[in-house]
Amino acid sequence: MTDTGVGASLPRKEDDRFLHGRGRYLADIEMPRMLDVAFVRSPLAHAEIVGIEKPEEAGERVFTARDMDGVVPIRPTSNVAGHRIVGSPPMAFDRVRFVGEIIATCLAPNRAQAEDLAERVVPDLKELPVVASIDAAMAEGAPLVHADWGTNLSMETRFDSGIEEQVARATVQVTRTLDMARQAMVPLEGKGALAHYDARDGQLVVYSSTQSPHMIRNALCQCLGLQQRQIRVVAPDVGGGFGYKAILHPEEVIVAWLALRLKRPVRWLEDRFEHLTAGANARQHRYRMTAHADDRGRILALDAVLTTDAGAYSIWPHTNGFDAIQASGILTGPYDIGGYRVRTMTVATNKPPLSPYRAVARPGACFAMETLVDAVARAVGRDPVEVRLENLVPAAAMPYKAITGKEYDSGDYPASLRRARAMVDAVSADAGPDRLIGTGYAVYTEHTAVSTATISQIGVQMMPGFEQAAALMQPDGSLEIRVGVQSHGQGMETTLAQIASEVLGIDPQRVSVRHGDTALSPYSTGTYASRAIVMTGGAVAAAADKLAFKLREIAAHMMQCTADDVRLEAGELVGPGASMTIEEAAVIWHFRPFDLPEELLRDGLEVTGGYRPDGDRAPFAYAAHAARVAVDPELGTVEVLDYVAVDDCGTRVNPMIVDGQVLGGVAQGIGTALFEEVPFDDQGQPLATTFGDYSVPAASEIPMIRLDHMETRSPYTRFGVKGVGEGGAIAPPAAVVNAINDALRSTGAELCAVPATPRRVLQAIFDAQDRAAGKKEAAR
Amino acid sequence: MKAPAFAYLRPVSIAEAVAALAEGAGGARILAGGQSLVPMLNLRVAFAETLVDIGAIADLRAVSDEGETVLIGAGVTHATLEDGASGDHWCGMLAFVARDIAYRAVRNRGTLGGSLCHADPAADWPVAMMALGATVQLAGPDGERALASEDFSVDVFTTALEEDEMLTGIRLPKLSPSARWSYRKMRKKAGAFGEAIAAVVHDPARGFTRVVAGSSAVGGPCRLEALEGAVASGSLAAEATIRAALAEREPDLDRYEMQIHATCLRRAMKEVSS
Repeated sequence: MTDTGVGASLPRKEDDRFLHGRGRYLADIEMPRMLDVAFVRSPLAHAEIVGIEKPEEAGERVFTARDMDGVVPIRPTSNVAGHRIVGSPPMAFDRVRFVGEIIATCLAPNRAQAEDLAERVVPDLKELPVVASIDAAMAEGAPLVHADWGTNLSMETRFDSGIEEQVARATVQVTRTLDMARQAMVPLEGKGALAHYDARDGQLVVYSSTQSPHMIRNALCQCLGLQQRQIRVVAPDVGGGFGYKAILHPEEVIVAWLALRLKRPVRWLEDRFEHLTAGANARQHRYRMTAHADDRGRILALDAVLTTDAGAYSIWPHTNGFDAIQASGILTGPYDIGGYRVRTMTVATNKPPLSPYRAVARPGACFAMETLVDAVARAVGRDPVEVRLENLVPAAAMPYKAITGKEYDSGDYPASLRRARAMVDAVSADAGPDRLIGTGYAVYTEHTAVSTATISQIGVQMMPGFEQAAALMQPDGSLEIRVGVQSHGQGMETTLAQIASEVLGIDPQRVSVRHGDTALSPYSTGTYASRAIVMTGGAVAAAADKLAFKLREIAAHMMQCTADDVRLEAGELVGPGASMTIEEAAVIWHFRPFDLPEELLRDGLEVTGGYRPDGDRAPFAYAAHAARVAVDPELGTVEVLDYVAVDDCGTRVNPMIVDGQVLGGVAQGIGTALFEEVPFDDQGQPLATTFGDYSVPAASEIPMIRLDHMETRSPYTRFGVKGVGEGGAIAPPAAVVNAINDALRSTGAELCAVPATPRRVLQAIFDAQDRAAGKKEAAR
Repeated sequence: MKAPAFAYLRPVSIAEAVAALAEGAGGARILAGGQSLVPMLNLRVAFAETLVDIGAIADLRAVSDEGETVLIGAGVTHATLEDGASGDHWCGMLAFVARDIAYRAVRNRGTLGGSLCHADPAADWPVAMMALGATVQLAGPDGERALASEDFSVDVFTTALEEDEMLTGIRLPKLSPSARWSYRKMRKKAGAFGEAIAAVVHDPARGFTRVVAGSSAVGGPCRLEALEGAVASGSLAAEATIRAALAEREPDLDRYEMQIHATCLRRAMKEVSS
């Protein structure tokens, strides 16, 4: 390790502009003659569009689906047998299927005027029956979201390792039904897109608040029938993505199409009302879980049914089945379980389409598995930590092939749990009649940097392949790194410079990282799946290796030795009898070509390197979390008193940034655990459409989160890194609910749903009271 | 969401503001701190042809000690009350209530008068003012009038204000030094509106006792006189009595709502009695 390379807690290079308010986000971009967009969105969850009345003088200022001739619908794809898929139409044609679906697009010089225009567009909607929940959608004779399917079951998968033998040996069966609510992702910066046609370059330029510029270009080319060279997608500074910005939004297609049609800049900025209605698209899962265990709580088999409330359409590229596939592939978690059977059902409802949110389905899967483990511990009368220790994959078993087929590469899961138990504050809080105290644990393992093999199995249009990075040595020896991922909070302008520094010895202050622009960077599927430091970090190292070789060749020629004799040390090219700096070598190639032979001149100092982990094997990160909470059993309120996370993401490129990722993830996870929910009524109306009703945790709700790290290098990745971007968000729903249930043990109540709002906590207590009263009644 | 176009006036006196309201003939609205009105305009659930911004009217920010009572200008901000800059004759109660209204950024702009006029059923000030026995001062084209806070608060988001009237001040009786109060608010998180509020004030030296509940579930501030006797006599009301008083006011409370309101009331009454 160098003091600026891998392992250094270097202050973030990007923070100067962010902290001084000099970032440039989509809404900061103004263009001459630009028009702002306001959408007319459906007020109904299911209706036939009989007609749309435009204002008389609307002209080229109001557009509907009928105007979008030649635009090809978005078509997500899947390899799953029988998977029924309908992509989100840019604008609804003859039917709307969720509240917030776009009916018309209105343009004006500013947003307020565009909204004025939108108010004067009158859609004639004929109400249709609504299915707004899994139960409603799966009921006998339920109305159909897509009539031609003949069912609301969009996708069904089954996996069965054979569990009969384990079930026969089991002496304890524990069954729970667990629900995770529908959330919105609420990045600080909303979604947005601005498009204009650049006649000089012959390009449609689309600025988009996106995590994946090349992916958006792929999709826009499909929809608009353009060649890839004819579209440039630029992600400016992006204020948080969390997966919301890893998908194609219908609005991006509309804005791009309008810019082509009108030949003037068109911009849409999502507001919070739009986000909390049309963007309420994440997390809604239900699990029916049965553990077959022995008397000690050793889980022999897991039998699960997972149902997702997947909304009306399939998002691009992941499809609506991504959550179910991910959850069923990881449900056994960090445990050594011999038998596993799972059935998944992806159910269409009249709601916004289910989309992958930070850690995708893992918070739900972890919540289901970890609350089940606690229930098993209660059933056998043992401490939940002891039961976990007995079930966790031991370090000696690594690499471990899980019953799901996934290979866990490295780590010591039991050690992380022991550390978390030792760290969590077990004593300082005072209990009282209106303050019950409890501690809860959760352990997870996380498939980071999803592999090509995994994606090709499910056949979605997001194929990672070898990640590319370009390293361009500048004439003065400074370095520009160009990558196709997009940094929107990950600090990649710093960490990727650190990796270049690690390989080349160059000062990160002499390295620029350019990202998020299809015109600048090599192709990439973008930033998602905790992949950037593994994939792009590896690619930057590969490019830097190539550059290092060329620099050594130049130095060798100048020093009259062979390249093998030249070592790169702290930015110096050191030969047997002399040395020169990287800068000197760069200056020689650019300004003194007459000093070099032709073969060293020909290819230059601008190189591209490609990378994927050895054998296309994804590294598995993991962590143990522990929460300590106080519950007011009369009001149902929950206070998180202490929270600890012990994670292992292998080698930490920048430990400070890793801490930031885990802290932010835990805060978001506490949101899932306690606060965040867009409820819908039975007519599919969203009931939390402002931050007055949609609660996100703020500083007052987040305790001092305490972190510890283990560093088990992945055997498959450059530097031994594993992804860490999502992990923090996975365990909090499980750890917090386990802590609540521990606190409530004297009441007999058990909570099986998140968020654990006061109403849900009290309902669990009422149910326990009613059960107790019923028993008394029966005894009489 | 962005508001439609509106006209904007910024009078410097109460008389000018009242005149502007009269001229607006129902299309004019008072803009005080704007912490509720502006978002509602943006969401297009509230409308105004003219906004009459009263932020430049110095009289509305005045606090006058009248001996037994204090007249607090309608434009005094939550933050001013939180900081005690208006003086404390209520044993710390105003500062306590103010401190837990939304967030400091909201409190820096939001006003006592604005909160009372907006009459959100879950808001704090309508409950606290009723518990302290406040009267409100209104100004209109025909001069001034005063109303007890119970009479000012008519219904959810509805007050006794005529469309050409404005609230100018809140007259609050001072509490005796020996008075006791409790203010309990159950909310989902810091800064959120209360799911249930209970305010209890007991001032034996003045023979004054009030028990007030508030929230959207109970339809805004409501005085529960049936519980005041127990507080006045220093005894603890039975849980069943508390629930009966709530049920009488709002028969449709569900089990959860009943539980949280009854709990807040019981704890507040207990705190005052202990």
